[in-house]
Amino acid sequence: MFRHMLGKTLGLFGYTIQYGCIAHCAFEYIGEFVVCSGPSMEPTIVNHDVVFSERMSRHLFKIEKGDIVIAKSPFDPQMNICKRVIGLEGDKICTSSPSDLFKTHTYVPMGHVWLEGDNLRNSTDSRNYGPIPYALIRGRVCWKLWPLHSFGTMSETPMKRIIKAQRDSDSD
Amino acid sequence: MRLKDGYHMAQQTSAGRRYVQTFISGFFVAVPVTVTILDKLAYVARVEGASMQPFLNPDVGAQSDVVLLNRWSVRNYQVQRGDIVSVVSPRNPKQKIIKRVIGLEGDFIRTLSYKNRYVRVPDGHLWIEGDHRGHSLDSNCFGPVSLGLLHGRASHIIWPPNRWQRIKPSLPPNREPLDAEEDAE
Repeated sequence: MFRHMLGKTLGLFGYTIQYGCIAHCAFEYIGEFVVCSGPSMEPTIVNHDVVFSERMSRHLFKIEKGDIVIAKSPFDPQMNICKRVIGLEGDKICTSSPSDLFKTHTYVPMGHVWLEGDNLRNSTDSRNYGPIPYALIRGRVCWKLWPLHSFGTMSETPMKRIIKAQRDSDSD
Repeated sequence: MRLKDGYHMAQQTSAGRRYVQTFISGFFVAVPVTVTILDKLAYVARVEGASMQPFLNPDVGAQSDVVLLNRWSVRNYQVQRGDIVSVVSPRNPKQKIIKRVIGLEGDFIRTLSYKNRYVRVPDGHLWIEGDHRGHSLDSNCFGPVSLGLLHGRASHIIWPPNRWQRIKPSLPPNREPLDAEEDAE
């Protein structure tokens, strides 16, 4: 009887470990669901939206300009930030505001990305703390799941920043 | 060779199917468990290059050391000064580098060849240096690194066997953070 109970407990323990490991692999290498909070990505993602972020393109180094990514905050690794990739390594980024007379530019260093929120007035991003290392990116947001009326993929780019950055780098 | 009758054939195919089933179920247990252990508990890595000499890879040309990286102890991003850690290189995300932690967040560091003479390590960052001065691509080159890039803490040298040892945190001489020195005086 005791041996039977022990066997059952051990079996349950084994199944727990097995499914825990499968869950870890799924969240780590396929994707995860994220509840976004904060105003920095309005109007694309508003407070309390639920999005699905996939991890494959980060592991395969296929993050492109214009993708919305979830990254670890460079100043607090426990906190995640959700921003749009404006520039990859080697890109020239305009760092001054559009109304400034003198434009200032900076280059994104090797292995780094330039992230900005879509809500340029209310977002703490690379304009404050500079480019962040690529390895801090956790995943690419590919679907918005909640609220239902805005269900869909995240393909459109509402800001002109990326195109402008590209034109800047082309013209020089 | 004996002629097979139908019964034997059926027995063989069912044995083959059972073999495939066992293989697949074993595969679906073994791969996730291995990946999770490598991601969460411990990771084994070969140290390449001379940047941590003389502590790791002491002889040039001899076979390189293999270290055990403890990933469980850095799950909350807690390290001490003097620990040897592996971090993802900020310059190249495909590469991991192994260095010694010199300063934690908030420490004042006297740098060796950085653009500023003294640096305060920002929040959520580490100051890392290789033991081999001048032959190491470290924080003196790219500045403080974010804690989010932390990969693991080297806890043991496991190869070659005659150098098997637990790695204890130790700071190189004269590399303590500045306010600790002032407190001591």
